[in-house]
Amino acid sequence: MLFHALSDTTRRDIVRRTMHDEHSVSAIARWYPMSFAAVQKHVAVLERAGLVTKQRRGREQVVRCNIETVRTARRLLDELEQLWRTRLEQFGDLLAESPSDTTSGPATEPQPGATT
Amino acid sequence: MTVIDVQKDTDALEMTITAEFAAPATSVWQLWADPRKLEKWWGPPMFPATVEEHALTPGGSVTYFMTSPEDERFRGYWNIIAVDEPERLEFEDGFADADGNPDSTKPATIIRVSIVERGDGVTRMTSTTSFPSIEALEELLAMGMEEGMRLAMDQMDDLLV
Repeated sequence: MLFHALSDTTRRDIVRRTMHDEHSVSAIARWYPMSFAAVQKHVAVLERAGLVTKQRRGREQVVRCNIETVRTARRLLDELEQLWRTRLEQFGDLLAESPSDTTSGPATEPQPGATT
Repeated sequence: MTVIDVQKDTDALEMTITAEFAAPATSVWQLWADPRKLEKWWGPPMFPATVEEHALTPGGSVTYFMTSPEDERFRGYWNIIAVDEPERLEFEDGFADADGNPDSTKPATIIRVSIVERGDGVTRMTSTTSFPSIEALEELLAMGMEEGMRLAMDQMDDLLV
């Protein structure tokens, strides 16, 4: 859902621009060469994905990025990085210990300190 | 092995990690192409992987399970999207049910791997993982987090002896 929400450059731009300031849907619509209805659709997709919140203020609909969602994404990506670091460490150890079974060149000795 | 770069894109929910190995590209590729080698590094240390089916061709699939310290099995599958030996591999990685069939109720991720030999005996491997949603990322990491917790507890045990 979130991926779908951000697969469009316009939607990514809306998230970026509403991260620090809130903007009305009509203000957002003026940034892009597309109809108000089209922009409204983009905002609706972002809202469903939890990336922005929309509030009625007077006659206007105000859009603001949901910073919590972005923070959660960052935290989770940090954890994913750790998972891959563990994987790559095992990958590197395996590569260093197994004799090179290729035909395209000599086996390479592991570099000293290459595990760090 | 040296990790030389990590990029995290919170908007696209993508993480790209680049590492260099003192080995030719063909050897690096073997760690993906040989199921016995793949299972030695794919699972986290406490969740060793066992690879069953392994057809590394476009449209082919790889099925595997990871075994928890409590002997619980977590099944997964890859749907191979693109293969260009020994430089490129792209696949969908998802959860599978007890029979090894893709579990469509759970989200899958896309992994893109690029392997480039630098010419001085060093090969650079870049892997990008893309998530369809925050929920998908959370689900995938639930297992890893449990493991991290367990490792931390083990270390505490050692300290308390």
